[in-house]
Amino acid sequence: MDKATPLHHPDADALLEYASGALPEAESVMVATHLALCPACRAEVRDLETLGGVLVEAQEPVSVGGDVLSAVMARLDEDEPDSAPITTTPAAFDDDTLLTVPNPLRSYLGSNLGDLKWRTRAPGIKEASVEIPGSTVRASMLRIAPGESVPSHTHDGVETTLVLKGAFSDETGRYARGDVATAHDDLDHTPIADAHEECICFIVVDGSLKLTSPLGRVLNLFVRP
Amino acid sequence: MEPTPAKVEDPPPHDSMIEAIAQSRDKSAFAELFGHFAPRLKSYLLRQGTDEAMAEEVVQEAMVMVWRKAESFDRRQASASTWIFTIARNKRIDRLRRERRPGLDPHDPALVPDPETPADRSMEATQARARLQDAIKNLPQEQSELIRLAYFEEKTHGEIAAESGLPLGTVKSRIRLALGRLRREVNDLG
Repeated sequence: MDKATPLHHPDADALLEYASGALPEAESVMVATHLALCPACRAEVRDLETLGGVLVEAQEPVSVGGDVLSAVMARLDEDEPDSAPITTTPAAFDDDTLLTVPNPLRSYLGSNLGDLKWRTRAPGIKEASVEIPGSTVRASMLRIAPGESVPSHTHDGVETTLVLKGAFSDETGRYARGDVATAHDDLDHTPIADAHEECICFIVVDGSLKLTSPLGRVLNLFVRP
Repeated sequence: MEPTPAKVEDPPPHDSMIEAIAQSRDKSAFAELFGHFAPRLKSYLLRQGTDEAMAEEVVQEAMVMVWRKAESFDRRQASASTWIFTIARNKRIDRLRRERRPGLDPHDPALVPDPETPADRSMEATQARARLQDAIKNLPQEQSELIRLAYFEEKTHGEIAAESGLPLGTVKSRIRLALGRLRREVNDLG
């Protein structure tokens, strides 16, 4: 497994929005999964949360109804209802999935990497959608065979890609495990996987993809969410 | 009764209160903690546009979590105010947006661990927080306003841009400037 820490990080404002709580769920899964692989961004988010604490501390206090304290005090001796943290029992996943997919994302997969509903999108390109309830963006896992490329495409909105295994390169650089590539709508790119290893990524697209190569224009018919 | 007068360097009282809850289920420490944080959390929630009843409900839920999760509090990782801020933030996401808050699992086999950290930096962190408080007061108003908007009205940068009429790039660069300035002031004085 790659020991190096990531070189490409989420936008600074995505980290702030994650820390403040403004970032929607799908994008938060992306950021949290990157954080599992990036100690530097974790430290950054801790700083931003410290700022949140300082801002709360500086708030003008507002009187709280007396019944709130008594309601809270009355609940202290209650047995803890199992607030069911949605963590999946490690036994449910195989080693490949456990080691490849960090937890924030893993808990949304529902099955091992190998058992996802992979659909072929283009030669050497498979995609499996990731269900994020209530989310309007499109989230999916992408599997690119060694040396294969994703047909060149643009997007209506922002496409964020997190590499979980292997690496890919496009017009903007090379991205390996833990790296986040943020492609804005004006970027027409052709990601290509390293020749010796398949590349597995988590992708969140706000808006739809538009394939721009001749083959891609045909495939456009298939990539609609 | 404390025989010695309190010094500035004394351990932060709220941190100790959470530890007292963790160790001995100390209800008077909890009531004191509630007295300090509940009115500020409510203020924070109201500022985010939460209505009165819902704000009190989220405060209630958050403070119950403080009691239940006190054992997981670690002053080396976060101060009381930081820790309680994250609990309230997550409760708000849970109750108002009905979304899950994807977080980290410290036992995740895929987690890339932190580089070795010095044992206890809480004293240092306490001073840094005090400086942060001052630094926020000293920010130019346009910058402090954006930081507050980002935290309190829980707006994405795009929403802030749309409402303020400022271009998105300006919003982003002002927030970045403000954060950079806060960081510099906190580090320089260290």
